[in-house]
Amino acid sequence: MAKDKFVILKSSAVPLPIENVDTDQIIPARFLKATTREGFGENLFRDWRYTPDNQPKDFVLNNSTYSGKILVAGKNFGCGSSREHAAWALHDFGFKVVVSSFFADIFKGNALNNSVLPVVVSESFLQTIFTEIEKNPQTEITVDIENQTISLANGQSETFEINAYKKTCLMNGYDDIDYLLSLNEEIRAFDLVNS
Amino acid sequence: MMANKPKTLFDKIWDKHVVKSQVGYPDVIFIDRHFIHEVTSPQAFDGLRKRGIQVFNRQRTTATADHNVPTKDQHLPIKEALSRHQVETLRKNCQEFGLELYDLGHPFQGIVHIIGPELGLTLPGMTIVCGDSHTSTHGAFGNIAFGIGTSEVEQVLATQCILQYKPKRMKIEINGKLGKGVVSKDIILYIISKISASGATGYFVEYAGDTIRNLSMEARMTICNMSIEMGARGGLIAPDETTFAYIKGRKFAPQGADFERLVEEWKALKTDEDAEFDRVLTFQAEDIAPMITYGTNPGMGIKITDRIPTQAELQDISEQNSLTKSLAYMGLEAGLPLLGKAIDYVFIGSCTNARIEDLRLVADFVKGKQKAENVEVWVIPGSKQVEKQAIAEGLDKIFAEAGFELRSPGCSACLGMNEDKVPAGKYCVSTSNRNFEGRQGPQSRTFLASPLTAAVAAITGKVGDVREFI
Ligand code: SF4
Repeated sequence: MAKDKFVILKSSAVPLPIENVDTDQIIPARFLKATTREGFGENLFRDWRYTPDNQPKDFVLNNSTYSGKILVAGKNFGCGSSREHAAWALHDFGFKVVVSSFFADIFKGNALNNSVLPVVVSESFLQTIFTEIEKNPQTEITVDIENQTISLANGQSETFEINAYKKTCLMNGYDDIDYLLSLNEEIRAFDLVNS
Repeated sequence: MMANKPKTLFDKIWDKHVVKSQVGYPDVIFIDRHFIHEVTSPQAFDGLRKRGIQVFNRQRTTATADHNVPTKDQHLPIKEALSRHQVETLRKNCQEFGLELYDLGHPFQGIVHIIGPELGLTLPGMTIVCGDSHTSTHGAFGNIAFGIGTSEVEQVLATQCILQYKPKRMKIEINGKLGKGVVSKDIILYIISKISASGATGYFVEYAGDTIRNLSMEARMTICNMSIEMGARGGLIAPDETTFAYIKGRKFAPQGADFERLVEEWKALKTDEDAEFDRVLTFQAEDIAPMITYGTNPGMGIKITDRIPTQAELQDISEQNSLTKSLAYMGLEAGLPLLGKAIDYVFIGSCTNARIEDLRLVADFVKGKQKAENVEVWVIPGSKQVEKQAIAEGLDKIFAEAGFELRSPGCSACLGMNEDKVPAGKYCVSTSNRNFEGRQGPQSRTFLASPLTAAVAAITGKVGDVREFI
């Protein structure tokens, strides 16, 4: 189903310099009971954001110094369960890009399917980004899908990988099902032969 | 010639299911069998409705309710409003789209990865997906089975295909004879402790070696189940006589001459002799001991008699950081042993270890014994059929006499989603697959272990070495 087209994003970023952030932290299991895709943002990082009696904790998403559509996180982001709700929660909260030096496989796929772009940078560039945000929380980061670059306000930049197929999808705002539905006849033929 | 290039089992199955392959695009893979449950399917059905389309091939999808069903009083309406809503939504969706549902109370209901194999829906050579990461369980039958996200569930419902890039292949070979008290759960916890919770990321694993060959289907499923806990997309084991014997006569398995013909085909499902893997790891069964985890990812495991590692013993700075964080959460100290640690709960269940063989193993050990006074013990069969079998064999009586609570099938305390939760701060020895923070309930503390080690904990109230009792 057609989603927003995404070519260039300029935004400040939220730093989360923690490694191995698993999907149970991104969205705890008890919030997986919804039957629609909306409303997950409220519970993004719920247990890090709030105490059991709903008092805000000292966590970056509760800190008004930091804001933006980009989340910058430590290595191995999104490990753990395959729940796509993690991607929905990030998307619903307003993140369009997550930057890390390594992503768990399934999370990466889920994110891309939900218009959240995982950008893999080198460990050293990741540290540079953290340093820049620390110096100036409002510093602007530019993610350019067409040219596959991520650039900092100080001019430093790195290129990132994105496969040709996903790039076309993101830039045109269409999804996997739009593509698969276009192959309907070939698939029917295959099913008949192989059943 | 390309055609003669030796292939791995994984490649053989994959290649046979490619509908379309185009440079720069992911492969379009045909899916033979699709399992769905109440948690990851509602949004997919919503998507179909929004697009105004039907399910592509209804025969290929099977549904059950497992994740957030209660394990007590299953005949009554579900108390918790959101869980009830999800299960009702699944009912409604299956009816509207004409899909088979093994609902609460149905004799085939159970954890999705337990019912597929026991009903003969899971067969060698297939491609199998489900919106749940432990779909890798089915790989024990020599097929490609892996977990998918809800968008992909929608893809499969809509087109019976998903888009995939071929993962890298890893072979893990285990040879030798397992020691006393060491079972398949220990094998997989041992491997993950050696290669870490991300050690197989990007790979699809084939398990091989004579140790694996000598395992039952149930034990093989336990191993494949936890492939995902080392980051792998999935794991598989080439089918053999053990596999065929397990499948024979199962409810939906091919019968008679059809079955015999398929067995001949299935025999070809193995990796060619000189096929190349991207990575090969070898382990010796004699090196494996009963295992237990101390931290908050399944890679943080030790032999039951070992001490928790100290900062200095860990190489990696990120491992050191997670050690500190994990131990703080777990209320444990680096450098100390876990043996003798008092525990509060024992959970015997989940798609890792809730098959009949697991229940028998536990019953065998606890027969004539009593649980420790301050421990609560839950035994949750993986399916209605397992429950029925357990009762037919009189295991229910053994559990009752020991003071264990045998409940009805479901995911239960494997994840803190239904009514079965481990309370904050409490320690639980669990036969499930994940020890993440809050997995069994907010602030709950999980020690992953085999059913035997769990049985020891139930009887003694402590972390103990099963070898001292058998
Ligand atoms: S038992 Fe646990 S791991 Fe298995 S399907 Fe249920 S929730 Fe997932």
